[in-house]
Amino acid sequence: MSSITATAKSDWTGGKSPFNVSYGKLMMWLFLLSDAFTFSAFLIAYGLVRFSADSWPIPEEVFNAIPFMHGVNAPLIFVGIMTFILILSSVTMVMAVDAGHRMDKKGVAKWMGWTIVGGAVFLGCQAWEWTHFIIGTGGGGASLTWNEYGPQSFAAFFFFITGFHGTHVLSGVIINYLVYYNTIRGVYEQRGHYDMVEKVGLYWHFIDLVWVFVFTFFYLV
Amino acid sequence: MTSEENNIVVQPVDKAKIKQIIRVAIILGVITTCEFIIAFTLGSGSIKTSIFVLMTLVKAFYIVWEFMHLGHEVKGLKWMVIAPLVLALWLLVALLMEGSAIHDANFL
Repeated sequence: MSSITATAKSDWTGGKSPFNVSYGKLMMWLFLLSDAFTFSAFLIAYGLVRFSADSWPIPEEVFNAIPFMHGVNAPLIFVGIMTFILILSSVTMVMAVDAGHRMDKKGVAKWMGWTIVGGAVFLGCQAWEWTHFIIGTGGGGASLTWNEYGPQSFAAFFFFITGFHGTHVLSGVIINYLVYYNTIRGVYEQRGHYDMVEKVGLYWHFIDLVWVFVFTFFYLV
Repeated sequence: MTSEENNIVVQPVDKAKIKQIIRVAIILGVITTCEFIIAFTLGSGSIKTSIFVLMTLVKAFYIVWEFMHLGHEVKGLKWMVIAPLVLALWLLVALLMEGSAIHDANFL
């Protein structure tokens, strides 16, 4: 017995998690890494096309409208509001994870609820943004084959990248809702830990992280 | 089972932890606000782009290190996530150079 314990000093000889996280969290990290490559490929391809183009639309002139204020020139204001909403919903998610560590069921439910609200509001904003972009301002709008603001590939990349991100937000809201539902039912309290909240938390923060990059390279630069 | 359920102890809020979360949230908010101000005050050019890229990386660092808690994980996990990203960096450099070359071939 003593010889076994003497040789089993390494983290990698079994019996414990070498990375000191649960299996689910480790797999979530690996999934997010692969997802990061997908988004990188999208954004880098956008960079290639932009670098090879002779002219490119100025984002401030394309995304300059906000709801209920028709004709008002407000460059980037609406997308700025969207960015703040997503950051705030990331903060409420951290609060939910913290409440989970403390086994505070009511706290988890409250903060998960606000995170879902934030995600849903962001999706609504994106739907408005897309509608405005597709309808356009009198030049035929934008589609996968036409773009009144400049090169057609700008519109195609906009739809693919923000669409892929929006799909992540949509699935994130649905998964957050399932975890919220299970929290209220007391599933995790009975299980003795809120690891599921941490896993969906990682996914939700990743969505926020991707938006930070989309915001910079699509709207600011 | 029922006695276990009733014995769940809700731990009190750790004020230092909440303070740290709010601190990171404020940093993210302030950087985003600065990005806005720069977007309208600075003329476009390589300096503006560099500032934006730098600010984006700072924001990404805070989200991954604090919100996703990677900064508090063990070394092996940190490297597992960070090291492979060098491949994306390579793709970025390669394709942007390719893009400039296509531009020069077509328009110069």
